[in-house]
Amino acid sequence: MKIAQKLLNSVRPHFKEGGRFEKLHPAFDALETFLFVPGHTTSQGVHVRDAIDLKRTMFTVIVALVPTLLFGMWNVGYQHHLAYGMEASLVDNFLFGFWKVLPIIIVSYAVGLGVEFIFAIVRNHQVSEGYLVTGLLIPLTMPVTIPLWMVALGAIFCTVLGKEIFGGTGMNFMNPALLARAFMFFAFPAYMSGDIWTDLSPEAGHALVDAYSGATNLVTFDANFTKLPSPADMFWGFEQGSIGETSAFACLIGALILIATGIGSWQIIVSCVVGVLVMGLFLNVVAPADVPTHAMHTPAYYHLLMGGFAFGAVYMATDPVSAAQTETGKWIYGLLIGMFTVILRVFNPAYPEGVMLSILLMNVFAPLIDHIVVEQHIKNRKKRA
Amino acid sequence: MSTETTPVAVVEEKKKEGLFSKKNLRVLRDPLDDTNPVTVQILGVCSALAVTVQVKPAIIMALGVTVVTAFSNLIISLIRNTIPNRIRIIVQLIVAAMLVTIVDQLLKAYMFDVSKKLSVFVGLIITNCIVMGRLEAFALAQKPWPSFLDGIGNGLGYGIILVIVAVIREVLGSGSVLGFKVVPQWLYDMGYVNNGLMMLPPAALFLIGIFIWWQRSRNRKLINAS
Repeated sequence: MKIAQKLLNSVRPHFKEGGRFEKLHPAFDALETFLFVPGHTTSQGVHVRDAIDLKRTMFTVIVALVPTLLFGMWNVGYQHHLAYGMEASLVDNFLFGFWKVLPIIIVSYAVGLGVEFIFAIVRNHQVSEGYLVTGLLIPLTMPVTIPLWMVALGAIFCTVLGKEIFGGTGMNFMNPALLARAFMFFAFPAYMSGDIWTDLSPEAGHALVDAYSGATNLVTFDANFTKLPSPADMFWGFEQGSIGETSAFACLIGALILIATGIGSWQIIVSCVVGVLVMGLFLNVVAPADVPTHAMHTPAYYHLLMGGFAFGAVYMATDPVSAAQTETGKWIYGLLIGMFTVILRVFNPAYPEGVMLSILLMNVFAPLIDHIVVEQHIKNRKKRA
Repeated sequence: MSTETTPVAVVEEKKKEGLFSKKNLRVLRDPLDDTNPVTVQILGVCSALAVTVQVKPAIIMALGVTVVTAFSNLIISLIRNTIPNRIRIIVQLIVAAMLVTIVDQLLKAYMFDVSKKLSVFVGLIITNCIVMGRLEAFALAQKPWPSFLDGIGNGLGYGIILVIVAVIREVLGSGSVLGFKVVPQWLYDMGYVNNGLMMLPPAALFLIGIFIWWQRSRNRKLINAS
């Protein structure tokens, strides 16, 4: 650390006004504040002193993401070895997944931060920490077989069109990571849906087992929900899917961390769950009785465990920038996310992952919800006065 | 000094204007950039989303719109003093509809395959906001020749955007331009894939948005003083 400090001190003059690399100052500043607590304080005006700044907020989310990441890595290896009918130890599974997932994470961070640095230098503003979370969320929402250049394209798309174009971190009206996923889902459908969820790189001396099927739960349940794996398997996450989304349990740990630290809004998470259950139960009631395998008969709580709902509700819907801000608004926002998710899953087999689209849709509506809530509040107060 | 020169300029203005005087050229040139119908006036966006998947239909569409705006501007401008104000919209619609029908029939006669691809959108030129917008905003109050130039300018301004968007969409979406392969095979062999998003209408919206962004950062005149 001392060496880094010395190095930074020695090159600092070059980045100061009038220095050789004056233009690159935002880049230097970002690196310095990332490594050390900045020593400068505000010189005028009233300001809030608080231990929780943007950097710590983002870092807490990353900590909350670690369970899903670790489990995702293990599951990549597990699914791979399962498809070839091989016995593998926990460490083997994990290491296999680690080496598959790591490049995706590196590409996502390198490209996204690269774009952020370029914008910071051109527009002469500070590099913000917003991308730290986005950069990890993007790989977790991808299938492990995704080609790296597509990840790069998705990262560029979401940073430029999802964030920088509106003014950078905190100004985006949609969740950038989800935007990247939506972009790739529509741009490269063959690589984002179908039989791509398990890494099938050949293993010497082993052939694919006959029972192997590439279909995820979300595809299976549309045809016949009774063929789904047991709820316990879906809860723990021994199933195919995007890297981080399979385990509802890991997402639950993340949710506890986010709620305990006050970073994520529990209202949104709870209302998402309630929305799913309400809509699921409603569909159970109105489901056609003569087709017992119809997707509408799926038990409501299955929707909580299947696919990316848990991941989306915990890490995506709670994004403080793009979610609703008012307390009542959060409940409406979450309920609608849950309801739309179930509707999309059941009635639109073309878009199996309803969570992504419903969160993006509600991101767009969040300001409107807030506006209505505030207006209503004002009206009520006036009536009382 | 300035007080002496101003009257002279006024006298010169009163002389008979040349066909391509500075003012007329501006009428022709401004819609290409400063007052572009798509990116600045935000007119005709719907058809820009629909016909820009490939370059060829986009070019035909651009030519069709140019012809219709130019001649409807000309005709309306010629009869502008005889149109009763209360029914002017109907008169404009009839003129535009007549021209669109002519264009549609010509396409069907000589370029049937393109006409099929453009399908309903040729007919919908009638309701293209650019046609009505220019008739209302320009032709009703201007002499025939500048109106004609204004029609051509706006048609071309629309066409430029259409062709730019279509080229990008066709290259990224199908790897070709005007049907010729431009993305080399070795790139596909290396794992490159055509971008499916570019085949969907939202892609045109993104591209027009990016174009507006680029245009405003380049052209200082367009930045709102807010």
